[in-house]
Amino acid sequence: MSFLLGRLGQTVLVLLVASFVAFALFRYVGDPVNNMVGQAASMADREAVRRALGLDDPMVVQFARFIGNALRGDFGISYRFGQPVAALIGERFPATLELSLISMVIATGLGVPLGVWTALHRGSVLSQVLLAVSLVGVALPTFLIGIALILIFSVGLGWLPSFGRGEVVALGGWTTGLLTVSGLKALVLPSVTLGVFQLALIMRLARAEMLEVMRTDFIRFAKARGLKPRAIEYRHALRNTLLPVITIVGLQFGNVFAFSIIVETVFQWPGLGLLVIQAIQFADVPLLAGYLVLIALCFAVINLAVDLAYVAIDPRVRGSRAAGRAT
Amino acid sequence: MRLTLLVSTALTALLVAAAPAAAQAPAPTAPEKVFRYAYRVDPASLDPHALAETFTLSWLGQVYEPLVGRGKNLELVPALAEKWEQVDPTTWRFHLRKGVKFADGTPFTADDVVFSLQRVKKDGSDMAYTVASVTDIKKVDDHTVDLVMAKPNPILPVQITSTYIMSKDWAEKNGATAPASVKAKVENFASTNANGTGAFKIDTRQAGVRTVLVPNPNWWGDKTSNVTKVIFTPIQADATRVAALLSGEVDMVYPVPQQDAARIDGSGNAKVLKGAELRTMFLNMDQKRDELHTSDVKGKNPFKDKRVRQAIYQAIDMEAIKDRIMGGTSHVAGTMIAPGINGYDAKLDSRTAPYDPKAAKQLLTDAGYPDGFSFTMDCSNDRYVNDERICQAIVGMLGRVGLKVNLNAQTRSKYFEKVLARDTSFAMLGWQPLSYDAHSTLQDTMNTPEGKIGTYNIGNYSNPKIDELTQKIEVEVDPAKRNALIFEAMMLSKDDYSHIPLHQAGIAWGVRKGVNAVLRSDDSLELKWVTLD
Repeated sequence: MSFLLGRLGQTVLVLLVASFVAFALFRYVGDPVNNMVGQAASMADREAVRRALGLDDPMVVQFARFIGNALRGDFGISYRFGQPVAALIGERFPATLELSLISMVIATGLGVPLGVWTALHRGSVLSQVLLAVSLVGVALPTFLIGIALILIFSVGLGWLPSFGRGEVVALGGWTTGLLTVSGLKALVLPSVTLGVFQLALIMRLARAEMLEVMRTDFIRFAKARGLKPRAIEYRHALRNTLLPVITIVGLQFGNVFAFSIIVETVFQWPGLGLLVIQAIQFADVPLLAGYLVLIALCFAVINLAVDLAYVAIDPRVRGSRAAGRAT
Repeated sequence: MRLTLLVSTALTALLVAAAPAAAQAPAPTAPEKVFRYAYRVDPASLDPHALAETFTLSWLGQVYEPLVGRGKNLELVPALAEKWEQVDPTTWRFHLRKGVKFADGTPFTADDVVFSLQRVKKDGSDMAYTVASVTDIKKVDDHTVDLVMAKPNPILPVQITSTYIMSKDWAEKNGATAPASVKAKVENFASTNANGTGAFKIDTRQAGVRTVLVPNPNWWGDKTSNVTKVIFTPIQADATRVAALLSGEVDMVYPVPQQDAARIDGSGNAKVLKGAELRTMFLNMDQKRDELHTSDVKGKNPFKDKRVRQAIYQAIDMEAIKDRIMGGTSHVAGTMIAPGINGYDAKLDSRTAPYDPKAAKQLLTDAGYPDGFSFTMDCSNDRYVNDERICQAIVGMLGRVGLKVNLNAQTRSKYFEKVLARDTSFAMLGWQPLSYDAHSTLQDTMNTPEGKIGTYNIGNYSNPKIDELTQKIEVEVDPAKRNALIFEAMMLSKDDYSHIPLHQAGIAWGVRKGVNAVLRSDDSLELKWVTLD
């Protein structure tokens, strides 16, 4: 319990620091005012808008105002959309979460078994091929994979949509594309594109860890005891392999969620990444601030979840070492 | 077993009960004529007075209407006003169309016009400049409105072709009597909802994602279009936008990058419509500072010397930019206004001096810079068609005559922040007069900056004669005399190399076979002219 409280305290600190850094950086994204007024506005008009928005206040004052409002749940109005930031983010959140969840499920679901298999069948032709392919997955830029998939499956074969989220179903405040055929079809290309890099990464990691574990003493003793290879590999070795893999999956999930920007832009996926790229181009400070706080929160929560997963999987972690792990 | 049954029942119930929030346009079925199109961005707001931005206004023009509209060749056509006249030099009278209804069914009257124009003049409106000359808005009767000015304004009808009329009742009922402004720090009903008199009305909309429009059954105009439903999606990535057209997921996309035009034409199921923009690209040189702040020349400003400006002009090969960068689609500009802009004269539109690097070098030597000099060029990299590549080419061309130019190309919000603060020696800019009239080009980009004037005259060029002519043009009622004044002012600028006009970029729309659309040179897609075979 005290472990949990300690972590919560850390989380709050992380959020504060992250939003402070964000504010320090905002003056480098450019002047939002010139995007908010038309070309007919005079310099005096622009100055008036700047003053009204408090953009010429010192950074610390702007930051304090932001924190004060945020504590009351008010993240302000987006400069670009004229709608409350919290509502905009809430509206786009499901799309990005679904996309990143599905792509991580694909990446983990395929990556771990493939990694384990290639570790156990070292030297076989198929495992060499798989490793070579995974290298391509790590090396190719995401947008290139996305465009290639669009050209093959949308333009060439006409099987899958090239953009958008398909038909979505509203369940209360949540919108999901998982319950319709067009929604599922729309998910395929973006989630594969987003998952390719993670798949390759997880596969190579799982392979390396598995090889490492197979070399340890307790596996040798297990072999000496005459346990069946299958039991050694999948009960004893795999469990020990999974620990670092889970850390990486957790942290990579944060990355996938926060940096789906490229995939969302390529596929016009109406999620947070697309929202934030527009916000950056427009220097939409309130939206950027809200987004960054959310991302910081996500990372903090994921870190916490990873730590808790450690505790669940590895009894040795319980105790004093817990607080120092995976920060 | 029971659990499985329960789960499957629940899932079925969910699927049946939950209404599809948004549909991704299934293939159009027989009676329904669905037109799906995509542009680079979404309109910034639905509030017609919130932002004077070309695309937002053009898009809103499908839903809202002005008093005076534009035809297929940008000529003035009656919209909500059937006719208009100058009853005396300072009064324009608009005779309103009768029997017009807003999409919600309320009748359109003079009260709506008075209300809307007053709203346009309110604080927070970005459209106030269109009626800046108007001092009084008077309702004469239910279908006549007088706009009164302090001094004659011959081009008022031209200035208000994007000044849209809202319903007074609707705005009052929904608390939207003031324009949506981020300054207000509250959400405005009108920024996410619309009620206009236009040919189409909004059915559903998710900002930034997708908007569905349907024909407005109350529309007064003739129904050329046979479209029964319109689905608009912003698609930001060029490659995806083109792919969506080629895969048949959308019927029309714009803008089309010029390198993709051949692929679309060659696909057999879509073609490219081409035109030239109304926006003129040009170079600005700092002609105010006594010493260029980014140059190695100290104690003087070389750009104040006309010979240097002419040398830069003669060093730049606009035809090469057209061929190598713009894919042959641009129109090389001899003057600061494009064909299609009121006041344009073909006699202005030729090179003032030929492309001649040798002559340029000689001019620089005469001016006392035989070895050239250095300065920084500011450029945007995501605002205009191929902006960064054009700037790179110009840097190379100037290098050949000995000018050492450092290119500073950055994103639009950084770029405009810098150049509008006049923190620049040399910058590329584009200008399209919102009124499609030369007066705006003169006033905003060429007049001596002061107050509301010369905001985009980034080089602070100052020529009292041009200033004076601009003021005359503003009040000259006779079109022939007015055009002569515009010609004179533009000629002065040419002779003085005040700015260096480059070109108007090409416009390209990708249109699927079976779709008929009218490409207007202001890059505005008018849904009322779209028909599907």
